[in-house]
Amino acid sequence: MRALTFAVRNRKEILRDPMTLLFGMVLPLLMLWLFSMMAENMPFDLFTLEKLAPAIIVFSFSFITLFTGMLIGRDKSSSFLMRIFASPMAATDYLVGYALPLLPIAFLQITACYGTALLLGMPFTIDAIPAVGVLLIISLLYIGFGLFFGTFFTDRQVGAMFAIFVNITTWLSGTWFELDMIGGTFQRVAYLLPFAHAVDASRAIFAGDYGAVFIPMLWVMAYTAVIFGIAVWGFKKRMRG
Amino acid sequence: MEIVIKELTKTFKGRIAVDHLSLTIGQGEFFALLGENGAGKTTTIKLLSCLMKPTGGDAVMLGDSIVENPQAVKKKLNISPQETAVARNLSVKENLEFIAKIYGSDKREAEKKANRLMNKFGLADRAKSKGRTLSGGLERRLSIAMAMISEPEIIFLDEPTVGLDVRARLDLWQILLDLKGQITIILTTHYLEEVEALADRIGIMHKGRLHALGTLDELKEQTGQAKLQDIFLQLTAEAKIQ
Repeated sequence: MRALTFAVRNRKEILRDPMTLLFGMVLPLLMLWLFSMMAENMPFDLFTLEKLAPAIIVFSFSFITLFTGMLIGRDKSSSFLMRIFASPMAATDYLVGYALPLLPIAFLQITACYGTALLLGMPFTIDAIPAVGVLLIISLLYIGFGLFFGTFFTDRQVGAMFAIFVNITTWLSGTWFELDMIGGTFQRVAYLLPFAHAVDASRAIFAGDYGAVFIPMLWVMAYTAVIFGIAVWGFKKRMRG
Repeated sequence: MEIVIKELTKTFKGRIAVDHLSLTIGQGEFFALLGENGAGKTTTIKLLSCLMKPTGGDAVMLGDSIVENPQAVKKKLNISPQETAVARNLSVKENLEFIAKIYGSDKREAEKKANRLMNKFGLADRAKSKGRTLSGGLERRLSIAMAMISEPEIIFLDEPTVGLDVRARLDLWQILLDLKGQITIILTTHYLEEVEALADRIGIMHKGRLHALGTLDELKEQTGQAKLQDIFLQLTAEAKIQ
């Protein structure tokens, strides 16, 4: 009950910030539209909506990391976290309270991006239904990174860390170019991180290629567990002072 | 039932922040903790409000130990931190209801309590204003109202009037004077006139240790000084020489 009360407060804090709408919704949709227009003049099929939309949905989750990290960072710097640490809430209440409101936001991002892609000409597929489930699991990875940044950094540092993070997630995910176009060490490093796997899983599920979803999702889920584990450990340590 | 602090100690990587602090604070007492920056006041508040575990010693807060039963202690207290700790995008009423609910009130009870406190703290006409739009004085009032909504037996006020103009500070003093005797209040501040106006007893900390304890009159007698400012300077200067 306390976790839900806290989740409601966090949802309001995030959704009432105009930056959420701007970065979380408008920017990904704008990029989807711009890149889909570029696809007409491209000699290869990277920017076709079937490939672009699933990747941009994953890209939009990067902003979930920013929202979570900034919220926790601000709660620390304003001593709001100190106020609620003094309450009888347990560590799990905090973590559930911070993570839970991000899932409906991820759902909104998925439906807004997919809806826009349909309007731009992407053919409708029934595979979009299981894709929503897979994408919500992927969103947990980005929520975990947000918890991690918010736990270990101040709100100002979170902004700087996010600038690095968003570059890593875009350049090393294969969203804007095929990773095998560069190949070599770059590609190997990209596939040691979870972001390229997340994009691969998203594209595969939308394409109905269910066999190609499993291995990338194992990478994503393993990273999610590790990042959540570190964030929970750090958060509990902070609670103990 | 009192607050009994026994040999309370906190060290950070070899540096002693609170050094074998022992004192008793009576139920319903308005107790002021004075000290220079880094004297250990905020660390003491964090220890007593179970935000930190002590390195040594204990404190029994109205019957429950901060070491053995911190969850029971947490139910009895609330805190108004140095920063106002108000949720920026929540309205005044939502901030109050949120705190009431995490302390166990249901929706109806939380609303009732929020309305009562908004009236008491002069916030009723700003009920729908977001936290980020409030003036410093109103934000401070809201911060203390948020600490009061759980109906605590002990409240910690960490520099509650810092940054306020004279009128806002005097308004807040009146609110604090109205609370006096109803609950145990532990105040830290750098404003000595605030202590003179509000506190029943005063503790002066320096480098983590308690250097003086008593009513204003007792401290005047101990030091031979007439003003709290001179008492404070004498006690902390002597400590520096030592």
